[in-house]
Amino acid sequence: MTNPLICIKRVVDASSEVVLTEDAQGVDGRYAGFTTSAHEECAVEIGVQVASATGGTASVVTLGDADAVEQLRSALAVGCTAATHVVADPQTFGPADVARELAAVVRDHEQAGTPHDLVLLGNDAADSGDFQVGIRLAYELGWPVVNGVSKVSVADGEVTASGDGPDGHETYRLPLPAVVTVLEGGVEPRYPTVPGRMKAKKVEIEERTPVSDPAGPSRVRLVLPPPSPSSVQVLGEGAAAAPAVVDLLEELGVLAR
Amino acid sequence: MAEVPATADVVVIGAGIVGNSLVHHLTRLGWKNVVQIDKGPLPNPGGSTGHASNFIFTVDHSREITDITLDSVAQYKEMGVFTESGGFEIARTEERMEELRRRMSSAKAWGIEAELVSPAFVKEKVPFIEEDQFIGAFWTPGVGVVDSLRAGTIMRERGLETGELTVVPTVEVVGLDTEEGPHGRRRITRVRTTGGDIEAKVVVIAAGVWSPKLGDMAGISIPLTPAVHQMISVGPCPQLAEKEGEISFPIVRDMDTFCYERQHGADMEVGSYAHRAILHEPEDIPSIEQAKLSPTEMPFTEDDFDPQLEQAYELMPELLGAEGAEIRYAINGLLSLTCDGNPILGESEVAGLWTASAVWIKEGPGVGRAVAEWMTHGHSEIDLHHSDIARFHPHQKRREHTRLRTTESFIKTYGIVHPAEQYESDRDQRLSPMHDSQAKLGAVFFETAGWERPFWYESNADLLEVYGDAVMPREHEWDARWWSPIINAEHLRMRESGAVIDLSAFCIFDITGPGALDTVQRTCVAQCDVAVGKVIYTPVLDAKGGFRSDLTVMRLGDDHFRVVTGGAHGMADRAWFAGQLPDDEATTLTDLTDDVSTIGIWGPRAREVVAGLTSDDVSDAGFGFLTCREIDLGGTTVLASRISYVGELGWELYVPMGSAAQVWETLLEAGAPHGVRPAGIGVYGTTGRIEKGYRAYGAELDGERSIVEAGMQRPKVKAADFVGKEAYLAQREASPQAVLCTLTVDDHTSASGTKRYMLGGEPILTRDGGILTDGHGHHPYVTSAGSAPSLGKHVLLAYLPPEEAVIGNELAVSYMEELYPVTVGSIDATPLLDSTNERLR
Repeated sequence: MTNPLICIKRVVDASSEVVLTEDAQGVDGRYAGFTTSAHEECAVEIGVQVASATGGTASVVTLGDADAVEQLRSALAVGCTAATHVVADPQTFGPADVARELAAVVRDHEQAGTPHDLVLLGNDAADSGDFQVGIRLAYELGWPVVNGVSKVSVADGEVTASGDGPDGHETYRLPLPAVVTVLEGGVEPRYPTVPGRMKAKKVEIEERTPVSDPAGPSRVRLVLPPPSPSSVQVLGEGAAAAPAVVDLLEELGVLAR
Repeated sequence: MAEVPATADVVVIGAGIVGNSLVHHLTRLGWKNVVQIDKGPLPNPGGSTGHASNFIFTVDHSREITDITLDSVAQYKEMGVFTESGGFEIARTEERMEELRRRMSSAKAWGIEAELVSPAFVKEKVPFIEEDQFIGAFWTPGVGVVDSLRAGTIMRERGLETGELTVVPTVEVVGLDTEEGPHGRRRITRVRTTGGDIEAKVVVIAAGVWSPKLGDMAGISIPLTPAVHQMISVGPCPQLAEKEGEISFPIVRDMDTFCYERQHGADMEVGSYAHRAILHEPEDIPSIEQAKLSPTEMPFTEDDFDPQLEQAYELMPELLGAEGAEIRYAINGLLSLTCDGNPILGESEVAGLWTASAVWIKEGPGVGRAVAEWMTHGHSEIDLHHSDIARFHPHQKRREHTRLRTTESFIKTYGIVHPAEQYESDRDQRLSPMHDSQAKLGAVFFETAGWERPFWYESNADLLEVYGDAVMPREHEWDARWWSPIINAEHLRMRESGAVIDLSAFCIFDITGPGALDTVQRTCVAQCDVAVGKVIYTPVLDAKGGFRSDLTVMRLGDDHFRVVTGGAHGMADRAWFAGQLPDDEATTLTDLTDDVSTIGIWGPRAREVVAGLTSDDVSDAGFGFLTCREIDLGGTTVLASRISYVGELGWELYVPMGSAAQVWETLLEAGAPHGVRPAGIGVYGTTGRIEKGYRAYGAELDGERSIVEAGMQRPKVKAADFVGKEAYLAQREASPQAVLCTLTVDDHTSASGTKRYMLGGEPILTRDGGILTDGHGHHPYVTSAGSAPSLGKHVLLAYLPPEEAVIGNELAVSYMEELYPVTVGSIDATPLLDSTNERLR
């Protein structure tokens, strides 16, 4: 039985033009909405699959403001059964601060008799992109860690994690407990079902305050890069344009002939 | 970057369902050099059309909306983009069943096939529905879904085929230029865009939720607000996936939870009107680049939807909970709402600048056709007066008003709305000078055009005992809602001695100058070249001979006419008269609505009361019927006009606003010894007029009705030319296709023994329930209903097929799906009460 804990972060959906908040301290999500990163959606999917395969329970945790409950409920709607909310302003918490808070959650849950033996994170946050929380958390907990894998399975007290590395396909085996950060692409995250969503609504979320104040340098402001130049090339009109479209799709690597 | 042509005969801004329909119908009607632009790409530029759920329920309580919808359906069918699915509106409560019975009335009145059915009937057609969740349903087999994007493309292509249409996507309007025209009215000259400027004298804003922003560019208000309609799509559902095509099961509107379930291929779309009103400002809609999906598909707010999700699940657990069925798509889709729920159509106060906004998919093609006709001929086949942009009073043009009213009305989208239901928000916009005094008398205020008008006075409750059962009390809560028997008591007191009525909501404007006579002559059907001091009651027609209005005109001088009309339609009337002014700056129209209050006093004792307050001669010889002049009334000079809409001797007194409160008190004090009481609009607008068979614009009269069919023709037609004359002369020669009749209800007793009273809109049938059809192919329905306390009858007005318009003809009215016997009492304007008008003398 493996009880994964998946760490998620409420971020602005970044699939459209990025708009900053007026104080330039964050990204404005009123047009695009909020989500979790694709990496984290895959981490949730993996966690739910592992729990289901081993008869364990998948839990989700976030550090975020009050609105981050929405993301916890989304994870609950797709199969997590417990959620912890460290209520804090995520803009003031750096990666070391977040890792410390997550470690406290893991330790406290262990003390409370609901231990986690696998912590899953996204490879990097979609907004700040600092690639640090997973490693720092493993260091805090003294657990082994593997980064940037896309497939994870658990058997006989051991994690098998695999993904594409710089030199080819890599497979790691780690003893539990362990920390794993996930890259999107290995699993297909599910959408919530209607009963799943209704169930998620009823779960009581554990609320916590941070165990310590954030330390280290704080953010001055965000700056948008100049818009990258774009040009439009008309490939053609009607059916005559089809071969050019096929060529382009091949060139982009999304179509194999 | 796309470039626009330098000139156009007409520019249509928007390539959603409305803009596309417009360019098709404009080119079809012969417009040349039509340019259509949109800031988005084609075929889906990113507006509300692109994410619409695209289903059409045809029955609405409004005839105008229903007719536009039916025309749209016909057009969608002709284009081959309509798929009939049938639709249910299900009821979870008895109160809703009653509303569905009322819906049956509307269906019969508008000639739409529909029936009330059992849960088992629904289950047979929608096998995955839980029968025990509801008690009955309203079944409309003609409901269906459309491909609105495809329809738009077809209509655009038809426009292009004429060779007169140029379509330029991906250019954004950055300015609308105007210049000063005659009478200070600006006119449109130019559309400035990111792709260049277009010189044009006619421009149509068909830009959906962005329309207010474009209106602002030209300095006009297009009072709509973008509002969120939430929708999710759940699938793949195996029960749906095994069927071919987009839709195989009827659409279900779950009326009491304000939700719908609509199959879309393997998915079930669940939409909601149950959440809080989520409004946006047009300026806050994201650009195409900023939006995740499209600008009008805003991020889904789950919390708002969760309660509806549970209700939908209760209704269809096997389907929505099916293995593998996931919530694959969820949006806060933006659509347009207005303060009164109607579209915003027609020419704005900027000449040549038209609007076609706040239109839903079910109305798009119909609106396109009607507005194109309006732009081409000056009128449309379907009467659009409820949607005319000219209807808005200044207080309604505020964004705040739209925001408050739509916040209140959003939840009523599927609600049970009583025909007389009042808004609660943004009231007290226009108060007559007598308002405080009226409030002390326990006035119950209804709103008309922002004015707070007493409908009855609780202080008259003592009259209920005086008149007993003659006040025709109503047993059923629905019939008595927004009503009081005190109205009928006030009525009886008016007929017995007299009543004083506040009519401050009247819209009043003066036409003065050398072209004044010519202007009113050209606008009005009645002879206006009359002696100074004469009062004229007249229809106002459009060029096809349909009613634009009916109103009174007073000749106050050789070059001075005063027009008095109802508040509700007054702004449109003013715009209509303004449009008839000659271009010479010497002839002007001046609005006096806020300067002049109107107080009516009528009844057998009215003359005594007035005579006691003035030294002027108010005898019949000294102050004849349909004359007006200034008199001194208790120290205040008022313009008195001897006219009546309630069938009694009396006057309308036009009083400077500053003196009106004083005159009001003076009349009440002087009247009290004679038994005269204040009376409300319940008497003025319904009981008084209906006993006299007086017609009301918006009820009996509209653009689809003629003077002849309304029974209002006079022996002669004036020699002077006027708008609609040719059509009117032809109507007089032809046999009418329908005849406006007055009917009385013979027996009010329902099957359960409760006496029921119709409120208007009900179908008139043969005595045994057979359908009647007039020469237009329309079915008769009740245009006005009300108590006639002096007759002891409930009276209905309706246009009947000519062969049924026979005094004494025994027919029936269907009310809440029961038949009540009625008898034709009058087949023209002859009143049931005092047919020789003795009481007016």
